[in-house]
Amino acid sequence: MASGVKPRVKVPKTAAAGEVITIKTLISHQMESGQRKDKEGNVIPRSIINRFTCDFNGQNVIDVTLEPAISTNPYFQFEATVPEAGEFVFTWYDDDGSVYDTKKQIAIG
Amino acid sequence: MNFSRRETLALGLGAAALTVLPVRSSAAADDAIAAFTGGAEMGEGGITLTAPEIAENGNTVPIAVDAPGAASILIVAAGNPEPGVATFNFGPMAAAQSASTRIRLASTQDVVAVAKMADGSFTRASATVKVTIGGCGG
Repeated sequence: MASGVKPRVKVPKTAAAGEVITIKTLISHQMESGQRKDKEGNVIPRSIINRFTCDFNGQNVIDVTLEPAISTNPYFQFEATVPEAGEFVFTWYDDDGSVYDTKKQIAIG
Repeated sequence: MNFSRRETLALGLGAAALTVLPVRSSAAADDAIAAFTGGAEMGEGGITLTAPEIAENGNTVPIAVDAPGAASILIVAAGNPEPGVATFNFGPMAAAQSASTRIRLASTQDVVAVAKMADGSFTRASATVKVTIGGCGG
């Protein structure tokens, strides 16, 4: 399942140096748990995003391991420190080997 | 088969004890926690797990964890077919060791959060969530 996967990230455009900002991320994904069955009673195979990472200028902010118990369209909210202007890189790793990423610039101002 | 008065009493007591003792966590959940802690003792306090008391829809239950000074936090849902939920590892740029997400819960159960502190100690918190409609399908 790699169709229609669309990451959405909310990061402020500017921040004061050293400020703590809140980041919200959402990615559209089925997160098929591997527990459900189709009409014929066959188990639908598991297909989830198993890892999510966020880095700022090459330094890690958060690294999450996801299990099937994470809801459809995985959502995360967390906090990061912004010591300087730079770039946040968000990466999601799919069970099928796909990697989705998105980047957000942040300026000091 | 004849029961003496003594045996009958003992049986009754045993049955009562079984009903009263809450079956709180499954063996799989304990295994998941043990794999995370390496069997170390877990303290209380220093970690906050925020979850709703009643979740109408088990498919999306919002939860939040906050453990100042934690290196990583493990979330376990003991009543799910697979107890593991998520593991948060915090990097050097994380401002606070807190995060929130949405999880699936199959039925009314305890959600447990275990934090590994920077000094290597472990602490845990749990919250009971009543689920009206389970979120695992089938």
